[in-house]
Amino acid sequence: MNESQRIKRRKFKNSIFHAIIFACTLFGIIVLAILLYSILNKGLRWLSIEFITNFPSRFPKKAGIFPALLGSLWLIVLTAIIAFPIGVGTAIYLEEYAKENRFTEFIKLNIANLAGVPAIIYGMLGLAVFVRALGFGRSILAGALTMSLLILPTIIISSQEALRTVPTSLKQASYALGTTKWQTITGVILPYSIPGILTGTILGISRALGEAAPLIVVGALAYVSFIPATPFDQFTVLPIQIFNWSSMPKREFQNVAAAGIIVLLAILLSVNSIAIILRNKYQIRMKD
Amino acid sequence: MKKIQFSSKENMKKREKIIKVFLTFLGTISIFTTLGIIFSLFEETVQFFSKVPIVEFLTGREWTPLFQPPRFGVLPLVLGTTLIVIISSIISIPIGLGSAIYLSEYAPKRVRKILKPTLEILAGIPSIVYGYFALTVITPIIKSIFPEVSVYNALSAGIAVGIMTVPLVSSLSEDAMMAVPDSLRLGAYGLGATKLEVATQIVVPAALPTIIASFILAISRAVGETMIVAMAAGSTPKMTLNPLESIQTMTGYIVQISMGDVPYGSIGYRTLFAVGALLFIMTLMLNVISRYVMRKYRRAY
Repeated sequence: MNESQRIKRRKFKNSIFHAIIFACTLFGIIVLAILLYSILNKGLRWLSIEFITNFPSRFPKKAGIFPALLGSLWLIVLTAIIAFPIGVGTAIYLEEYAKENRFTEFIKLNIANLAGVPAIIYGMLGLAVFVRALGFGRSILAGALTMSLLILPTIIISSQEALRTVPTSLKQASYALGTTKWQTITGVILPYSIPGILTGTILGISRALGEAAPLIVVGALAYVSFIPATPFDQFTVLPIQIFNWSSMPKREFQNVAAAGIIVLLAILLSVNSIAIILRNKYQIRMKD
Repeated sequence: MKKIQFSSKENMKKREKIIKVFLTFLGTISIFTTLGIIFSLFEETVQFFSKVPIVEFLTGREWTPLFQPPRFGVLPLVLGTTLIVIISSIISIPIGLGSAIYLSEYAPKRVRKILKPTLEILAGIPSIVYGYFALTVITPIIKSIFPEVSVYNALSAGIAVGIMTVPLVSSLSEDAMMAVPDSLRLGAYGLGATKLEVATQIVVPAALPTIIASFILAISRAVGETMIVAMAAGSTPKMTLNPLESIQTMTGYIVQISMGDVPYGSIGYRTLFAVGALLFIMTLMLNVISRYVMRKYRRAY
C-alpha cells in the first residue's frame, strides 16, 4: 500500500467515525422529538379547563389534576422557603467564613456524597425522621422537608460556584471602606452573585417538582379528593398523579396521564426558562 | 445603611459573631443529613437482621417477604438492578461518549450551540416521563420485534434509563475534553493526524479519568433510578438475566411496598430499610470510586 492510499484510508476512517458520532448526538435529539410528539399526540386532546379544575375520577373523561397541581405548588413553595436560606447560608459559610482545615474538607466531601445519594433514599430518611420521629405524619411539611434535603446539595454547590466568581478586588475595595464581613457579603458579594445563586436554586426546585419516588416513600397519597389547605394536610403531587394514571388498566387513562405530563412539562419549562434568562443576564454582566 | 452608622462598634462585633455562629450551624446541616440517613436506614436494618440472618439476606435466591412462607434472599432484586444497569450502560456509555466527542471535537460552533442545550433538555425531563415513554412507546416497539415479551420487562425500562443517563455521560465527558489544551491537538495536527486520530489518541486519553468517572456516575444513577423501573420493569423478583422478562429492582421493591399498606414496625416495613441500606451502600461505593478515579488520575494542564 503506498502513501497516498494510506492517507485516503485514514481520511475515510475519519469520515465514517464522524458519521457515527453525529448519529450518536442525533439519537438524543430524535428520542426527545419522539417523546414530545407521542405525549402531545396522546394528551393534547384531553387538555381542557375542566382537566385543570377537576378532581381525580374513576371516569377518564371527568378526571382532573386540581389537587395534584395545588399539592405540587404547596410543595415547591415550602421547599424553596426551607432550602434556599439553608443552601445559600451554607455556601456563604463555606466560601467566606470556613477556614481551610479538615472539618471544612469533611463538610465539602459530605455535600458531594449527598449529591449522589438516590432520591428514594431521601424518602426513607423523610419517613423515619419527619413522618415518624418528629410526628409530622404524611403531610406536605414532611414532604417539603424531605425535598429540601434532596435539593440542598444542588443549591449549595451552584451557590458556591456563583460566590467564587466575585472578584477579590471588589471585596477588598469594600473592606477598605471599613465595612464588616457581613456588610460586604450583603452589600457586595450577594448582589454580584445573586443571578448565579438563583439559577442553581431554580434548577434544584425544578428537580423537586418532577420527583415522585421520595414522596411515595414519605407517603403522599395516590388518590386525593380534597384541597390541601395547610402544610399539615395530606397531599399528592403531579408526578404521583401521573404515575397513578399510567398504571391504571383502562387504556384511556394513559391519555389522561399524557395530559398530566403536558401540564408538568409546561410548568417545568417556564421555571427553567426563568433560570436561562437569569443565566444569560449574568453572563452578559460578567463580560463587562 | 443608616442603622449601621448609628450602631456602636460593640454591637456590630456582636452581630458579626452571631451571624458567624448561625452560618456555621447551617454548614453543619449537611452533616446531620448524612447522619440522619445512616441512622434511619440502619436502625431498622439492625432490627431486621435480628429476625433474618444476614447470610440468608445476602445469599438467598428467593425474595417473597410478604408471602407464606416468607423468604428474604435479596439476590433477585440485586440481579434485577444489575440487568437494568447493563442494558442502560449499553445505551448511555457509547452514545454519551460519541456525543461528547462530536460536540467537543467535530461540531462547528453554530451546530454545537444548538445541539448542546437540546441535549440538556433531556437531562431535565423528570424520570416519571421516561417511565411513561418506556411503557407507551418503547415497550410496543419491542413487542413488534419480540412478540413473546411481557408487558413489563427489563429491556424497555433499561433502555429508558439509558436514554436518561446519556446527557450525564456526554456533558461530563465533553467538559473534560474541552479542558484538554489546544496545544496538544495542534501538535498532533502538525504531524498530519486526522481528526479521528486526534480525538481517539490525544483528547480521549487525556480526558480519560473524567470520562471513566462519568461512566461510573451513570451506573450509579441507574442503580438508584426509581420511577422508570417502578413503571416499566414489573414487580416480579426473579433470578434471570433475560431482558424480555418482567423483573423487580431494589428501588422498584421500595416503591411497591410504599404504595401498599405495610404496618409500621412489621417485618415488611423493615425489609424496606434493609433494601434501602444495601442500595445506599452500593451507590455510595460507586460515587466514591468515581471521585477517586477523577482525583487520582486527573492530569492538570
